[in-house]
Amino acid sequence: MASRRFATLETIAFAVLACALVAAPFVVSAYQVSNLMSFLAFTLLSMSLALIWGCVGIFSFGQVAFFGIGGYAYGIIMLNVQHPEFTFPALLAAVLIAGGAAALLGYFIFYGGVNDVFVGITTLAVTLVIETFMQQTAGSQWHVGQAQLGGYNGMTGIPPLALSATNTLGPVPLYVFAAVAVIATYLLLRFLLASRWGRGLRAIEQHRERTESFGYDVRLMQLGAFALAGCIAGLGGALYAIWGGYITPSTMGLSAAALPVIMVAAGGRSSLIAAMISTLLLQYFSQSLSSSGSQYALVILGVVLVVVVVFVPDGFVVALFRLAARIGASSKPVKG
Amino acid sequence: MGHILSLRNVSKRFGGLRASDGIDLALNAGELRCIIGPNGAGKSTLFKLIMGQLAVSSGEIFFREENITALPMWRRARRGLSIKMQVPGIYPDLSARENLRIAAQLHVSRAALPEVIERWLTRIGLLDAGETPARFLSHGQQQWLEIGMALSAEPALLLLDEPTAGMGPEETRATGELVKSINADGTTVLVIEHDMEFVRQVAQRVTVLHYGRVFAEGSVAEIEQHEDVMRIYLGAV
Repeated sequence: MASRRFATLETIAFAVLACALVAAPFVVSAYQVSNLMSFLAFTLLSMSLALIWGCVGIFSFGQVAFFGIGGYAYGIIMLNVQHPEFTFPALLAAVLIAGGAAALLGYFIFYGGVNDVFVGITTLAVTLVIETFMQQTAGSQWHVGQAQLGGYNGMTGIPPLALSATNTLGPVPLYVFAAVAVIATYLLLRFLLASRWGRGLRAIEQHRERTESFGYDVRLMQLGAFALAGCIAGLGGALYAIWGGYITPSTMGLSAAALPVIMVAAGGRSSLIAAMISTLLLQYFSQSLSSSGSQYALVILGVVLVVVVVFVPDGFVVALFRLAARIGASSKPVKG
Repeated sequence: MGHILSLRNVSKRFGGLRASDGIDLALNAGELRCIIGPNGAGKSTLFKLIMGQLAVSSGEIFFREENITALPMWRRARRGLSIKMQVPGIYPDLSARENLRIAAQLHVSRAALPEVIERWLTRIGLLDAGETPARFLSHGQQQWLEIGMALSAEPALLLLDEPTAGMGPEETRATGELVKSINADGTTVLVIEHDMEFVRQVAQRVTVLHYGRVFAEGSVAEIEQHEDVMRIYLGAV
């Protein structure tokens, strides 16, 4: 019964969040809407980590690798194609490329028998290698077709989404597209996690070997979830590149890699909506600190992580949901 | 009736240690066999070899005439092998009903799944505790839940590794009746058990393992009169 109440609270929280996202363009300034779109890109990144870490038990410390690959892939495609009508297919291709990269890495991880903390180490190593490689691509010889990789400064001039050559999406329509993408991704994941496949993933998270003994091809399921998470992170990265018109290697660096871990752990890795709420709050908090001149945003986020790990290991949003579920249960009248 | 399971000269080495040493074992379809032996005789290793949790060092395993030696555990489970592990293998955060659903959902149709879950909840006496997270069940209830999970996959061969470990006399007797009724329904059962009272209650035949080898085989009465078995195992019980 407690789990049902928890699920109901999650649904209510999602409905409230979805309404808030839809209403935002009518309530806040265009500048804030634009900022919110970047938050949504990171929300997708957090959802991808919550999927594989919270629901399957795979701790990826390098989820930003797929975020960066998605951003670079979209930029490379669009800077070569140069046709605004091609932005949506390019976005789809970027998502698939990020998912393909995750599938390739996942194949070696899961079929190589790598599990538990070693997945975190491997994925972190991969993202740092990609970041280091991309940082040294500053010379004009480093290009893919007409797209200069740009080294430390990254790739610039990435075109925004467009419906046609004369109809480029402005900040608000871009935000609306990102909000729809986040809402649709959440609903898709909820649907998948409620399916047989999703139940199997939850079982793998709790007891991998036992789940295999019931006939589940655990490695294939882990690989599928990892690739799906790569697609979602890649979508976030592509939307981030579209939002800013640029993508840099630092999006795949150590600090960047730690951010989704902090955001997901702080909210509660076992719940997708908790990870979403936590990401939006911490992104807002972090940006507010940065824009007011404080240099300590990352330090404060680090403190948040330590406090959460020590005092609320299940995450503050999940803890609040559980508290609300308990209060709801105790306030119910006893029948008879 | 043909052999549902046969092991031919199966060995498992861990470095210099031979946990299983040339085991030949044949199990008839519909049989209820108990495996006994001193600690370290290689009983649990044998189950892990049959289920595919461990790869054999040499030898072959046949299940329903098919050589399954190289198949991974999940493929063996899809072919009709199921196990209740020695270390409890339930999903502690999930309800008893959800535990059964995960165990059964790959083996029964979507339409039949609710009926299968309710049937097993009833049979293992957990119908009223269906929504209880498995971590809050008693030890005996957890053991029964795990047996129910292993059976809800509707296996042809069920491996039970110490199903009564940690149970009191009443629970042990009830578990014995459950195992016999499962076997009466047509499921072949292979049980590792230390409790000779339980073995007497359920076993049709008994295989004794010692130092990774099949030491003796026969009915319960034959095994209990076997002088060497008395010396190495039963005398110490």
